[in-house]
Amino acid sequence: MTLTAPLAALGRATLGVLATIGQVTLFALSAITHIFRPPFYAREFAVALLNIGWLSLPVVGLTAIFTGGALALQIYDGGSRFSAEAVVPQIVAIGMVRELGPVLVGLMVAARVTSSIAAEIATMKVTEQIDALTTLSTHPMKYLTAPRLLAAVLVVPVLVGIGDIIGIYGGFLVGTQQLGFNPSTYVRNTVDFLQQSDIVSSLIKGAVFGGIAATMGCYYGMNSGRGAQGVGRATKASVQAAAVLILAANFLLTSLFFTS
Amino acid sequence: MITFTDVHKSFGPKRVLRGVNLDIPKGESMVIIGGSGTGKSVALKSVLGLITPDSGTITVDGKDATQGDRDAFLARFGMLFQGGALFDSLTVWQNVAFRLLRGSLKRPKDEAREIAIEKLRRVGLTPDVADLFPSELSGGMQKRVGLARAIAAEPEIIFFDEPTTGLDPIMSGVINELIREIVVEMGATAMTITHDMTSVRAIADKVAMLHDGVIQWTGPVSQMDSSGDPYLEQFISGSAEGPIEAVR
Ligand SMILES: Nc1ncnc2c1ncn2[C@@H]1O[C@H](COP(=O)(O)OP(=O)(O)OP(=O)(O)O)[C@@H](O)[C@H]1O
Ligand SMILES: [Mg+2]
Repeated sequence: MTLTAPLAALGRATLGVLATIGQVTLFALSAITHIFRPPFYAREFAVALLNIGWLSLPVVGLTAIFTGGALALQIYDGGSRFSAEAVVPQIVAIGMVRELGPVLVGLMVAARVTSSIAAEIATMKVTEQIDALTTLSTHPMKYLTAPRLLAAVLVVPVLVGIGDIIGIYGGFLVGTQQLGFNPSTYVRNTVDFLQQSDIVSSLIKGAVFGGIAATMGCYYGMNSGRGAQGVGRATKASVQAAAVLILAANFLLTSLFFTS
Repeated sequence: MITFTDVHKSFGPKRVLRGVNLDIPKGESMVIIGGSGTGKSVALKSVLGLITPDSGTITVDGKDATQGDRDAFLARFGMLFQGGALFDSLTVWQNVAFRLLRGSLKRPKDEAREIAIEKLRRVGLTPDVADLFPSELSGGMQKRVGLARAIAAEPEIIFFDEPTTGLDPIMSGVINELIREIVVEMGATAMTITHDMTSVRAIADKVAMLHDGVIQWTGPVSQMDSSGDPYLEQFISGSAEGPIEAVR
């Protein structure tokens, strides 16, 4: 018995994870169908756009500019080992646009948006506000989940685009101010090197990550346990799940786009 | 009009409802009493489908409450939650007029606001609270906003979960009168949960006592004092001695 106990625990954990995956998938599908069926709550959508998009700009900008700068320093240093310092603009651009931009923005959105959505909805759940919505003939999925999901899918790609640009600008600043690159050459190398597919892949990743972030926040919020502890657990679990799923989805999308 | 037939509900190992049978006739005011934690709120929420019973049926007008068009079904109900359950992202008047601002009962904004302010007045709140947020109100005021929201769309069936808890005696009197008025004037069917025996006498046509997961006693309020039921007698007198154990 003692010998099989770890196996049994492993089995239980696996089943638990599979069950959660199933539930999350059903939840996401239901949320998507609610986006396309009326009524549409425009005010909720506008608030979600503001919260997820506009208010995330400062943190996205700061993250991107520092990362772009650091990236330029690393590539310069690494490249100099085989006299390839000149590739800084190209690698910064490709690194930011293809990977770091979407991933960092995704993770920042998970930290900022997923947590706040989960905490807000979980609090509504424990204070019976979700029940109250239902009794007032308003479907919680439609009123709470659908606007947030739609807003995230639309606005996170925009954030990613902005993050990409600011990240490249961070690399540009370091490159021109510190590493002695000629500004116009730097810009030309960046622009010439980037392809449309790089940018499209970046934005698609943004939409997927936005969808993951909003869905996880809503799912864990709606399924929160009771009391303050329930809210705390829901928030923590939502951010963890969103972050891991974003990284996993990033790997899948990268293999889909860039391996042929 | 609302009929519970052998309704059971457990949460994990905890058996809360163990075969509830109860009938609430149309246009009457039924008050449910019973110890804390006996499942009164669970019973109300079961009617609205917020909690799904494990077994048994609940019918409204002879139709199973869980079947049919949910929107049309819920549009007939108003509910005051025990904790108020106000939306803290909306102002007081937007809470009260929630139903009137969206969905099938939608009105123009000005009209909805006017109705909200009128309902606030009926629960003893002045128009200047209309633009505050729920978190800026006292507990008793929040409760009354919840009450105003429950009655705002003039539903035919209204559930009140402890409408007077946390209110001063005078305000309790006002609310009791209001509930009575709603039943008599609007012909609504009301189901009220309360621990306050003064409220019971003021509001009830009929009383039902929930104990140990079943309806221990039910009858007209006039027979409440001569029921001969030791559980009910202990509850009315508020004595620690009797068949109901004080430690549960
Ligand atoms: N969602 C839930 N999950 C788990 N247990 C619950 C849930 N809702 C209610 N319970 C349990 O069911 C029991 C009855 O709860 P309920 O809220 O109906 O009590 P009540 O009769 O309304 O009490 P009070 O007069 O104190 O409001 C309690 O023991 C409570 O812990
Ligand atoms: Mg209760």
